[in-house]
Amino acid sequence: MKIPYGISFPAPENETPDVTSTAVAAAAMLAAPKTVSEIGRLTREAYDKLRQDNVSVEVLSVDRRGFLGTMFSAGALVFAAGLSADNAEAAGAAWQPSVYLGLEPNGQIVITAHRSEMGTGSRTSLPMVLADELDVDWKTVRVEQAIGDKKYGSQNTDGSCSVRDFVQAMHQAGATGRLMLERAAAKNWSVPAEEVTLRMGKVTHAKSGRTANIGDLVAIAATLPAPAVSELRFKKPEEYRYIGKNVATLDQHDIVSGKAVFGMDATRPGMLYASIERPPVYDSKVKTFDDAEALKVKGVEKTIALPPFKQPHLFQQVGGVAVVANSTWAAMQGRKKLKVEWDVNPNHASFSSDPYKKELFASVHQAGKVVRNRGDFDKAFATAAKKHEADYYVPMLAHAAMEPPVAVAEWQNGKVETWCPTQNPQAVQDAVSAALGIQPADVTCHVTLLGGGFGRKSKPDYVVEAALLSKAAGKPVKVVWSREDDIHFDYFHSVAAMHMKGGLDESGKIQSWLFRSAFPPIASTFAAGAEHGADFETGMALNELLFDVPNLRSENCPAKNHVRQGWLRAVCHLFHAFGAHSFMDELAHLNNTSYVDYFLKTIGPDRHVDLTKDGAKAWNNGQSTETFPLDTGRLRRVLEQCAEKSGYAKFRNSKGHGIGIAAHRSFLSYVATAVEVVVDTQGNLTIPNVWTVADVGQIVMPDRVRSQFEGAAVFGVSLAMSGEITAENGRIVQSNFHNYPIARMKQAPRKIDVTIVDSNAPHAGVGEPGAPVIAPALTAAIFNATGKRIRELPVKRTKLV
Amino acid sequence: MIEVMVNGKARQFDGDDATPLLWYLRDELQLTGTKFGCGMGQCGACTVHLNGDAIRSCVTPVSAAAGKKITTIEGLSPNATHPLQVAWEQHNVAQCGYCQPGQIMQAAALLQKTAKPTDAQIDNAMDGNLCRCGTYTRIRAAIKSAAGVK
Repeated sequence: MKIPYGISFPAPENETPDVTSTAVAAAAMLAAPKTVSEIGRLTREAYDKLRQDNVSVEVLSVDRRGFLGTMFSAGALVFAAGLSADNAEAAGAAWQPSVYLGLEPNGQIVITAHRSEMGTGSRTSLPMVLADELDVDWKTVRVEQAIGDKKYGSQNTDGSCSVRDFVQAMHQAGATGRLMLERAAAKNWSVPAEEVTLRMGKVTHAKSGRTANIGDLVAIAATLPAPAVSELRFKKPEEYRYIGKNVATLDQHDIVSGKAVFGMDATRPGMLYASIERPPVYDSKVKTFDDAEALKVKGVEKTIALPPFKQPHLFQQVGGVAVVANSTWAAMQGRKKLKVEWDVNPNHASFSSDPYKKELFASVHQAGKVVRNRGDFDKAFATAAKKHEADYYVPMLAHAAMEPPVAVAEWQNGKVETWCPTQNPQAVQDAVSAALGIQPADVTCHVTLLGGGFGRKSKPDYVVEAALLSKAAGKPVKVVWSREDDIHFDYFHSVAAMHMKGGLDESGKIQSWLFRSAFPPIASTFAAGAEHGADFETGMALNELLFDVPNLRSENCPAKNHVRQGWLRAVCHLFHAFGAHSFMDELAHLNNTSYVDYFLKTIGPDRHVDLTKDGAKAWNNGQSTETFPLDTGRLRRVLEQCAEKSGYAKFRNSKGHGIGIAAHRSFLSYVATAVEVVVDTQGNLTIPNVWTVADVGQIVMPDRVRSQFEGAAVFGVSLAMSGEITAENGRIVQSNFHNYPIARMKQAPRKIDVTIVDSNAPHAGVGEPGAPVIAPALTAAIFNATGKRIRELPVKRTKLV
Repeated sequence: MIEVMVNGKARQFDGDDATPLLWYLRDELQLTGTKFGCGMGQCGACTVHLNGDAIRSCVTPVSAAAGKKITTIEGLSPNATHPLQVAWEQHNVAQCGYCQPGQIMQAAALLQKTAKPTDAQIDNAMDGNLCRCGTYTRIRAAIKSAAGVK
């Protein structure tokens, strides 16, 4: 079982780059950073196997699309920068730049955004780093969105790693371009290159007063060999023009004017629209269907049956019956008239959330697979002066991005072009090609803006549907998921049950801690029937608590999947942080002290925690612990700072008014959040204030870091207050925002104060680490305001007064 | 045949009367700034103005718009110069941006009737518009800045 979550390895800083020049494209090229998305690799392996097993692959000549012809005009000089050609994904294609810089003969600078934009701002911030290092005016840059192609390196936009994994490649691309342009001018003017400088798009030889524009130098630069990375001069931080400052995000103007193109807005000439009736129970299929009435609906052209997936379900289509029509509305209306009889899978038709919850708790009340073991928990707990036990529960969750899944596909002559909001265009290539029995290179994936992703749009089942339907219909087809489809057929965030035991000595210090967790794992999406979490799942907080507890055991207990499981913003941290920090808060209360004081007492001296000493695999987001140690000092400091910012120590909890706080490391970042709640006499809860202090290492654009933590607070409030997906007889009960509510303006925190810690540490995660702390801080605040200890989410299930 | 005025242009619709305005705007008129989010008036992504009032186009049949004026985000102002659009850019409100045209149309209808809204008025007006990215604090700040209130 390989790790199926978006991680990259190893940390590339010290790699020696391969440097070559190619006369053909007049381009100086460096290869891609050695960042292999685990999910990309796993997906490709799984799909290769699927192809061998199930599909007779047509042997087609691979027509690799060069991007010279598609993105840049023919005379453009193209730089591709990265750190190593020795890339496991690169077999047969040594040049897989992760980032491109193109210079048109007229001097137009074109930067490729190869990661997907779903709201984090990386489509702006990464190209901005390149422009800064190149030293050109950001306003003159044109940013182009890359199609899916493994030559870019990983494009899997999840795991909070876009900046972390690619910022260095951006610097290198910029510095390479700058040096080559300076050398081109020096050659032209017959002066030493060291005397020539490129600043704000202008090349100058100060001694002679000569200047040139970039466009004047493109042709000469194209004849020069690429410099070795050791020759590059990187800007010092004080020379940055844009890094560390805020610019308007690229698409802000198009968004407010309604011109921005999301997947929902993609269109093709002659396009048909499809709405699909899918089997209501996991891993089931169509027995028979009657489309007579559906075909009578004006605008409906045909119906097409889609085959069910084969295990493991991966990113395959769910199957069902599609109604294809000349408008979205006609397709939806026709679908309502379909009569489908399902061949329902009995193993999953019995899945109902209430009994399943009991199964999960039964699972965590027995010994599980040990994923970390320090000291001797059993012995220490047996002799503890004081003992405490608690069970916690977090239900299934749906992503519910504002834009439901949607995709346009056009099949022509054995190839497919798609236009879709995807977090992972290379997974689109893999999944679509496997479904159609063609090569990944024969799938062109155009990435639109994403109307939210949160992990859902890493799984391109909806694009596979569009491609299958386009082939069957012989026309471009747009598949539009309704909100009901989105909620019913999500890759759900796992329901989780946790069991905690803590043993304290006479002084109140925790001497023993047992942390058990059971959740149907995401691993089951890649290996049918998997019941234990993959390393990345147990590696999210279950086996990496940073507390200085001498006897500590973490266990992962089995759980069966009855739906497709997938990763949702912050993934297993969402439930593990809720369990762990709620338990800390309970232990603190038991000792008549505050979470902050108790946390500081328990975390021990500042140090780097070595999980391997406890027999644990340090997943650490796939990063080395040398580069990204588990640093208790950084965690302590964000908690202290957050306590100070929020006035936690002086806050007087009173009836109906409370504060709670939690500090957690996730995605290599350190975050503490305090939440203030007001609960009125009717039990209505409002959140006047949230304070977040985040140490995410170095940052590129403060405003977008801030906005991610603002958003994570609201996201966390949604899941804690009202997030709950349940099943009855294998069918998902919720269907739309009326019964799967997300926070509205009145329910969201009224003020969110975000402090970003100044840090020279390597860039770490930003998009996800703001979310896990919210639920435990919020429920601690509720406890302080009402005396009600909430161990089961969502909060709405508990009457607060 | 139904006649409507969309962003100042007379249009004729010749289809199923029950078709929601949303799909007419998007699929037929290619005015895709108005978004599909829920199809049941729960999220506000499809908000447009009907004779100046903010309505949910996903649950408003074209027939209900007969003879009326419809304004979409594309018609709110030339080149996004409405004070709210300007404020939205200044505050860098959007994250993914999908819900924001609906948010802006909702806020524009509010300011049309209530030039200087209070916090409570803003909350009440905007509570039907969901944002999964969680940009509410900036939405409120942008509305206040466009309205010139503190």
